[in-house]
Amino acid sequence: MEESLLRRPFSVYKADGEVLQILYKGVGKGTRTMTYLRPGDQLSLIGPLGRGFPALSEGRYPILVAGGYGMAALYLLARSMTSPGIAFFGGQSAPDILCVDEFEALGWEVRITTEDGSSGEKGIVTDSIDAWWSARSSGGPPVEAYACGPNAMLKAVARRAVEHDWRAWVSVDRNMGCGVGACLTCVLKVRDGGDGWQWKRSCTEGPVFECREICWDLEP
Amino acid sequence: MPDLSVHIGRLKMKTPVMVASGTFGYGPEYADLVDLNKLGAIVVKGIARHPTRGNETPRTVEVASGLINAIGLPNPGFDGFVEQYMPFLRQYDVPVIVNIWGKTIEEYAEVARRFDEVDGVHALEINVSCPNIKEGSGLFGTDLDMFRRVVEAVRKVTDLTLIPKLAPNVSDIRAYARAAEESGADAISLINSVPAMAVDVETRKPKLANVTGGLTGPGIHSLAVKLVWEAAGAVRIPVIGIGGIVTAEDALEFLIVGASAVAVGTASFTQPTTALDVTDGIAAYLERHGYGAVHELVGTMSSE
Repeated sequence: MEESLLRRPFSVYKADGEVLQILYKGVGKGTRTMTYLRPGDQLSLIGPLGRGFPALSEGRYPILVAGGYGMAALYLLARSMTSPGIAFFGGQSAPDILCVDEFEALGWEVRITTEDGSSGEKGIVTDSIDAWWSARSSGGPPVEAYACGPNAMLKAVARRAVEHDWRAWVSVDRNMGCGVGACLTCVLKVRDGGDGWQWKRSCTEGPVFECREICWDLEP
Repeated sequence: MPDLSVHIGRLKMKTPVMVASGTFGYGPEYADLVDLNKLGAIVVKGIARHPTRGNETPRTVEVASGLINAIGLPNPGFDGFVEQYMPFLRQYDVPVIVNIWGKTIEEYAEVARRFDEVDGVHALEINVSCPNIKEGSGLFGTDLDMFRRVVEAVRKVTDLTLIPKLAPNVSDIRAYARAAEESGADAISLINSVPAMAVDVETRKPKLANVTGGLTGPGIHSLAVKLVWEAAGAVRIPVIGIGGIVTAEDALEFLIVGASAVAVGTASFTQPTTALDVTDGIAAYLERHGYGAVHELVGTMSSE
């Protein structure tokens, strides 16, 4: 096992009664070490932290966009909505596409894209969004999008949100140190109200931002 | 219950365990998770005369037994800090130590002079050794003459308890400890982070936007103990031991080699209550070993 120093940030996948679920993939030494955990092992958790997705605005049509394991962060949001919309899930290949049954059970239509075509349509998630948008009849309710996934995907969603006049909330994924706003590791550049930018901490002031707040052209 | 109180200059602390600059924000960040009144002192993140934004990201990287950071001292400036954070900090019964920095000696003196008049500030820690500022601060910590001049300049403009924070990357830490004492410092704190870097071998790019940074965390603890031992042996002013404290045992090592107090740093990120847990552990140790007060333990390393 590899030794880790810091805590790791996760979104809550499900929370029911005494049980809290997270969905993670072993990508670094922290998450790889977690795969060695056995039932009965004890963990320490601080949470919930930060600012999550806001509720759907009155009269808007919800779409969810998930890349990587982003669907995990969107499940409780999906469950909270009384009239489901469409969920777009994208990944490299079939094993990356998770939780489809769970979202469908809530009444969501799930559209899948994989880069190798092993599940759903071949392509990237925004291809599927674009196809849906161009096939959609005009005059429907305004769209409110919720996205969680890699930065390039969030940026692509933000571009469409501006083009099509959607409201769009994105959950950014930054390395974090403390999770409470002290270490200033997880900062990103957001508009400062004028022409400039200011740092905001994704742990406390995010990780969810309205996509127009973020200075996408200044992202590393 | 043994007496845990510590006096450093005119600073009176209820316990010998403070939280180190840069690892505890300005206080509010941890107020929901930690009873701030139980801390020995809060050393706030570095403040300069004017606001600065700090470095680009990535700013930190976790490595074996530590964390390398190159945050670059983003700060709200003197006015911003006093306005945004002092009203909050004044509500608590915990000494506030402000870590100050500047790019010139004049800037150090200017910010110190202003803090001298701020109600609720109990001491100044002089940051002469942040490794992540391109000009100024780094050099003040590793050039003995520059170091002396900064401490003297700040001493002239404030009656606050003055604590220069020493850099570990010098050839003889005792010379810096003595220079601080001779220049009118009330205490010294050490160590600051250790210059370090990490590279992503797949991309062959540095893991920090600033390329280099400062290593903190458990990996620097033993190095810090040795330097605190040397520094404490060289001066009569109190020494504050900092570096990789995770457990009470780590803090006790500092006290035994001559530190009068300690500060918990990076461990607060992992376990916010570390400083309080360490305090409890020190109290239990003192009781177990029959000490009536923590100061009785300071500098008692046995050479037999």
